[in-house]
Amino acid sequence: MTKLTLGPIAYHWSAEKRRDFFARIADEAAVDEVYLGEVICSKRAPFHEADLPVTIERLERAGKTVILSTLAEVMLKRERKATEDLAAMHAPEIEINNAAGLYARGRRAHRIGPFMNAYNEATIDWMARQGATHVCLPTELPGEAIATAARNARQLGLGVEVQVFGRASLAVSARCYHARAHGRTKDNCQFVCEGDPDGMPLRTTDDNPILRVNGIQTQSESYVDLLPETGRLVADGVTHLRLQPQAVDMVGVAAVFRGVLDRALGMEEAEARLREICADTPFSNGFYYGQAGYRRIANAASH
Amino acid sequence: MSLAELICPAGTPAALRTAVDAGADAVYCGFQDATNARNFPGLNFTPEELAEAVVYAHAKGTKVLLALNTYPPAGKVDLWRQAADTGARIGVDAFIVADMGVAEYIARTHPGVRLHLSVQAAASSPEAIRYYCEHFGVKRIVLPRILTIPEIRAIRKEIPCEIETFIFGNHGLMVEGRCSLTNYLTGQSTNMDGVCSPASDVEYTRHADGSMSSQLAGFTIDCFGPEEKAGYPTICKGRYTAPHRSEGYYAFEEPVSLNLSRLLPELIDAGVHAFKIEGRQRSKSYVRGVVSAFRRAVDDIREGRPADIADLIALTEGQKQTQGAFETKKWR
Repeated sequence: MTKLTLGPIAYHWSAEKRRDFFARIADEAAVDEVYLGEVICSKRAPFHEADLPVTIERLERAGKTVILSTLAEVMLKRERKATEDLAAMHAPEIEINNAAGLYARGRRAHRIGPFMNAYNEATIDWMARQGATHVCLPTELPGEAIATAARNARQLGLGVEVQVFGRASLAVSARCYHARAHGRTKDNCQFVCEGDPDGMPLRTTDDNPILRVNGIQTQSESYVDLLPETGRLVADGVTHLRLQPQAVDMVGVAAVFRGVLDRALGMEEAEARLREICADTPFSNGFYYGQAGYRRIANAASH
Repeated sequence: MSLAELICPAGTPAALRTAVDAGADAVYCGFQDATNARNFPGLNFTPEELAEAVVYAHAKGTKVLLALNTYPPAGKVDLWRQAADTGARIGVDAFIVADMGVAEYIARTHPGVRLHLSVQAAASSPEAIRYYCEHFGVKRIVLPRILTIPEIRAIRKEIPCEIETFIFGNHGLMVEGRCSLTNYLTGQSTNMDGVCSPASDVEYTRHADGSMSSQLAGFTIDCFGPEEKAGYPTICKGRYTAPHRSEGYYAFEEPVSLNLSRLLPELIDAGVHAFKIEGRQRSKSYVRGVVSAFRRAVDDIREGRPADIADLIALTEGQKQTQGAFETKKWR
């Protein structure tokens, strides 16, 4: 059965906000697996990592599988140490987002995260031989390539995951653009990113919303929405559908996707509900169709 | 002291000969397709052209490095493998790779040819670099442009391979190999198609007040006063507004180019083996000017003379320059 997953929170949500969020996810959300851990900025980790054991226990008691994700960028001593520490853990599972993590993990079982650039069957085959059990494909990979990658990964016995909801990660950098926007640098950022729980909006100078800044990460203005494509993804061998946490009712989002997977919810109603949950944020699926990522392509063949 | 090799861009056969004649220790180039990260119209080499170029370069003692530094999407891996086979047959001196599947194929199929790890692989820690060295026999890492010189010196002590750093040219802001900004606006991917802000999607609009705006795929990236020179619309060098920045500001970086000529002696001292000049899309005369100037500067330093970098400063006159992350971590 196709699994719904909740990706790692990309933003600097306060410890309290995270506790409330995960309590609700544990009690109410129709997701099977939850990724935890700081993926974007190593400076944020101390704010919430003390809560990790309790959160893990809470989610596992609710029947969810928990996976810890490693940082996407590993450069500084504290980032190398954090990656090494995660790679040394026996449980829960870990998802690796940087080659430094692969190095530390060796051949022990691990998942491949979306920052790891598993674009093709040759790379996935290599990763599987090095102990990968599961691969999250890059968000920009078009549907045809997803199908080929998924077929090959399934033959190797790997789980295959694709992001179906939430802002796409478009870039990471060594520079913090939240700090820069406030005239600061990364080292004296004073955690201004906490003020933007769904990313800081950037608009073109002629007032067209275009991107979101999240610390060192740049995201899409639009939420990826592959609800109409879920049938094809599943038919093509994708085993896990990832919902990226946004500052909206994620329990509601999960219910919509679960409803469509279970065929308990018609596509039209499902899309209408998702639209209502996400208010004015534009939806996009251009990457899936090999077109500009921000575009919303009507899917005539949805089933 | 390291050898301080000069690695120069060759977008065309003519540029390659120019770089070789101007004193490049090695040139880097690519085929006319998605297998390299400068897949621009009118650039790059056919297999026949590359074969001739290798003969020309080798006759003058210059190495030829073939960039196969993009990420094949599933189902298209053969194009990259064929490019590697062709390069090996022609006798290139090294492949510059990013994708693990491509690296593994070359290590297995062409074990006699050196592998360099492209900046597109984004390996910025000793552990990540060692991963590629131990598994694929990588001999040189092209470091991301995000490290300070003390950090480069520290990395050098912890890795078993040579280091190459960019010293001059375009200054990418995002971690290379992890950027889908162009694909988000245009539908062409930097990682899969080798395309960044493609010219076919660029437009300049003159407004009634004399100002000019530059667009990429219909999105306004920057605007310029009547007296200002309009820059190329690269997304990470665009001007945007944010909730508390209503005036519009360069959210990522100003349109500046990288020039580390003043830092050359320190970089050599830190153990950098090779210096890369960006610009396969640049003209022959640009390549001649930059390569000759750096040749003189590197030779000066090797022979213990103070380097004359006046020519390098003159080359970028009127342009904003930066030493980027290399000089201080305040850049971050």
